[in-house]
Amino acid sequence: MHDKTLTELAAGLAAGEFSSRELTANLLARIDRLDGDLNSFITVTPEQALAAADAADAARARGEAGPLTGVPLALKDIFCTTGVKTSAGSKMLDNFVAPYDATVVEKLKAAGTVSLGKTNMDEFAMGSSNENSFYGAVKNPWDGAAVPGGSSGGSAAAVAAGLVPAAMGTDTGGSIRQPAAFCGITGLKPTYGRVSRYGIIAYASSLDQAGPMARTAADCAHLLGAIAGHDLRDSTSVARGVPDYTAELDAPLAGLKIGLPTEYFGDGLDPEVESAVREAIRVYESLGATVREVSLPHTHYAIPAYYVIAPAEASSNLARYDGVRFGHRCEAPTDLTDLYLRSRAEGFGEEVQRRILMGTHTLSEGFFDAYYKKAQQVRRLIRQDFLDAFDEVDVLMGPASPTPAFDLGAKKDPVSMYLQDIYTIAINLAGIPGISVPAGFAGGRPVGLQILGTHFAEARLLNVAHQFQQATDWHLRRPGIIEETA
Amino acid sequence: MQWETVIGLEVHVQLATRSKIFSGASTAFGAEPNSQACAVDLGMPGVLPVLNEAAVAMAVQFGLGIHAEIPEVSVFDRKNYFYPDLPKGYQTSQMYHPIVGPGEVEITLDDGSTKAIRVHHAHLEEDAGKSLHETFSDGMGQAMTGIDLNRAGTPLLEIVSEPDMRSAKEAAAYLKAIHSIVTYLGISDGNMAEGSMRCDVNVSVRPKDQAAFGTRAEIKNVNSFRFVERAIAFEVERQIELLEDGGEVVQETRLYDPERDETRSMRTKEQANDYRYFPCPDLLPVVLDQAYVDHLRDNLPELPADKRARFQEEMGLSAYDAGVLSASREMAEFFEQVNDVCGDAKQAANWVQGELSGALNREGLPIQSSPVSARQLGELVARIIDDTINGKAAKQVFQALWNGESDSADAVIEAKGLKQVTDTGAIEAMIDQVIADSPAQVAQYRDAEPDKRGKMIGYFVGQVMKASRGTANPQQVNGLLKERLDALC
Amino acid sequence: MALEHADVLKAAHLARLGLNDDEAAHYLDDLGRILAMVDQLQTLDTEGVAPLAHPLETTQRLRADEVTEADQREAFQRCAPAVDQGLYLVPRVVE
Repeated sequence: MHDKTLTELAAGLAAGEFSSRELTANLLARIDRLDGDLNSFITVTPEQALAAADAADAARARGEAGPLTGVPLALKDIFCTTGVKTSAGSKMLDNFVAPYDATVVEKLKAAGTVSLGKTNMDEFAMGSSNENSFYGAVKNPWDGAAVPGGSSGGSAAAVAAGLVPAAMGTDTGGSIRQPAAFCGITGLKPTYGRVSRYGIIAYASSLDQAGPMARTAADCAHLLGAIAGHDLRDSTSVARGVPDYTAELDAPLAGLKIGLPTEYFGDGLDPEVESAVREAIRVYESLGATVREVSLPHTHYAIPAYYVIAPAEASSNLARYDGVRFGHRCEAPTDLTDLYLRSRAEGFGEEVQRRILMGTHTLSEGFFDAYYKKAQQVRRLIRQDFLDAFDEVDVLMGPASPTPAFDLGAKKDPVSMYLQDIYTIAINLAGIPGISVPAGFAGGRPVGLQILGTHFAEARLLNVAHQFQQATDWHLRRPGIIEETA
Repeated sequence: MQWETVIGLEVHVQLATRSKIFSGASTAFGAEPNSQACAVDLGMPGVLPVLNEAAVAMAVQFGLGIHAEIPEVSVFDRKNYFYPDLPKGYQTSQMYHPIVGPGEVEITLDDGSTKAIRVHHAHLEEDAGKSLHETFSDGMGQAMTGIDLNRAGTPLLEIVSEPDMRSAKEAAAYLKAIHSIVTYLGISDGNMAEGSMRCDVNVSVRPKDQAAFGTRAEIKNVNSFRFVERAIAFEVERQIELLEDGGEVVQETRLYDPERDETRSMRTKEQANDYRYFPCPDLLPVVLDQAYVDHLRDNLPELPADKRARFQEEMGLSAYDAGVLSASREMAEFFEQVNDVCGDAKQAANWVQGELSGALNREGLPIQSSPVSARQLGELVARIIDDTINGKAAKQVFQALWNGESDSADAVIEAKGLKQVTDTGAIEAMIDQVIADSPAQVAQYRDAEPDKRGKMIGYFVGQVMKASRGTANPQQVNGLLKERLDALC
Repeated sequence: MALEHADVLKAAHLARLGLNDDEAAHYLDDLGRILAMVDQLQTLDTEGVAPLAHPLETTQRLRADEVTEADQREAFQRCAPAVDQGLYLVPRVVE
């Protein structure tokens, strides 16, 4: 049952083919057997999972089951979960057991889902390869030499390896879509404000957004419905009704207007990735869509703008980790300054320190206008590019990443790592939703097609992605690890 | 050389909301340490701020109270620095777009004259926690400081004046005016002892004829009206002495030590602060629509300056009386109720400031704890006005009410038989008796020069009043006695 | 805008990150290259463009002034490194 989609598992549970306990135990056993090598989980919570599964089975017996009751999933270790270690992939929070649930966690519990544990990630969600985790790198289930992508690398790898049918991720500059692409699964970053950020450990507050990662667009539609909505505890969450995201999945695509941003097919794009994406576009044409080129003229300013805004916000968001109220504290501090300096230098890894220094510098006196203010101006121009494009077309399509998954240890230089996110980062600056769907292979590693829509166009994106998955079988391909019998 | 003092104040007022500015934790004073610090106040991972409506309303009310511009949009920024009582490593404040724009506060000086002090702006921010420096031990013998974050997140309104004050007295008067405005509005309890109002003072001096400001020193956390005056007085003297000795004032932060009555430099940090302000990404711009502001304006209580003017213009009180009676909301409300009951503002003012204030001062009671209620005092004054009692009896009635002997003036008058005797026949009978009993005094009166007699009549009045146990109407006694004695001459 | 060793030390001090000289030198090199990439922003004319702080230009919602949080000190202090009598402890702060 481990290679089934969430939608299929939900149907199986509803039909009584198996219980949530059976399913949960089966997956826990798989994690136990396979994850030692894969390293996709930081914390597995078998006791809580089995208790939740039993509660779900009992609810079903009482006739109180909802569509997701008893469905197992995993949570990126950035979502605070009561009574469970919530580390954000950092030594700083290695000893942090959250005393509260993130709103997303609360909603998933209320929907009856069963969390199997907390998945690995780049420290504080800073990274594109999952190599920046205090808990070690994660292997790509398709190829043990490759990275799973990041920062939600553990979530992507766990789903791809059949350890869990779905996992929650967060996406600040591509952290759902890029690992989904690298691991051959479907990952949706919703519109900024669609899903509450309450209880999600902050990286860059004006960019962070949580979303589902699963095998199919239909799975993502079910999960988004469960986690979306206004939250009184998050000022930036949007008071707007949550539609049934599954309702429009089957709508035909005839007349769909697709835009291909010229800038997303330029230098640096791996030819095999490009041909896979172009092939996917042809599938859409065969489904009745029309395709035209569009321009997003400020695309090349997105990475520079992001690497001002995100580190600036992060430098402030991460100031709370000072060794006073929670988190890592150095041994025997001699005075207050020593407490701060050593707790933070010991608790944060290199990439986190780099971004804190970067953000601190760009916000400091004399630099603010040249960097922060400038980046925010550019941010407006980038958003306007998208809004202009969506006046012309319904969705934009292109590659989720310029290359397939690269090898572990291949990118030592931070700048070359940052440039990986060229096609995903602008989406966070603009706050629009994006989804990555499996669309073939390059060098034996999965390729993701990224589909973008205007603000709050999630239902449309899911429909467009689902129709592709009705016409192709890329999303059904499984890595060898899946054949390991349960 | 003649020196001029230039003073600007930053007043931090804790707003009287029930819950914190960005969380639902209680703001009540004096709870167990950290029992009122919720996850948001503690800056726990992942938690987020949501702005308290009452804090916004109170800030706007203050702005309206000082006739300030209320900008449509205000924005919260983060002020980044590390300190153990600052849980998030930043203070959420308003650097660039404060909620209250430029306004003006009128102060009254000792001579009764007034002066307008400009307010540059007022902004909302969150308070920090408290560091307790009594020695705690980490169990390994190291001295530790304890951190209580109950106060963290309490809403503060920081009111920043222009450097418009020219003396310590003006600064104290400004602080009193702010205190009176915020307590009138009910947006703060104004309790300086509990830190509900705290003040940073910027002081500089310059030669009398110089236009440019001198270098200023900032005195932090001066927390009483008296200390403001004394800290400024010390600081001004220090700066003048320094300059006259050929030295220079250093721009620095100083602390006022009330025990030694001096200010001293806080150890200067090796590197200057760089707060790296930037707009808080967890909060959105606050947009106030005109209807909301109008609604608050329409429901604003009458403020001290307006009350003072009305007391003078409509009630005919002197500038001094109007100032004293409008200084606090409690005093003004008490006086107005006395006036409503008795219908004579001047008499009401005299009794509130005279007999009542004297008694309160002796007992050290605030007016809201007065044993004599405004209604009781009003009824007492009314009995004077309608001639039921005379002034002397009125003091007895007041004392009885103060002692709680009875709960109304009329009951005291009745019980003690203090009703004024105005029956001419009865008074004349007493006069006859007094004249009959005082032949020597009558003879002196008769022999005196007519212009000396006025003084001598006092003896007879006293005797008649005594005979009436103080209840005879003194004016009547006076008139009838004069007639009778003059008839004897 | 060229970055200097002193800039890194200043940022490290402001951010309370204890770096030794080698670490600072290492970050100086990285940050220099990141800033060179970021400096592409300077080639773009943004005259008259309003800064965008949030992707959705919505406004702040206000919360009713109600006490909704109970005392959870015990739960919150369970993950605290050093507490005594309900207070968080830090090395002696001298004022």
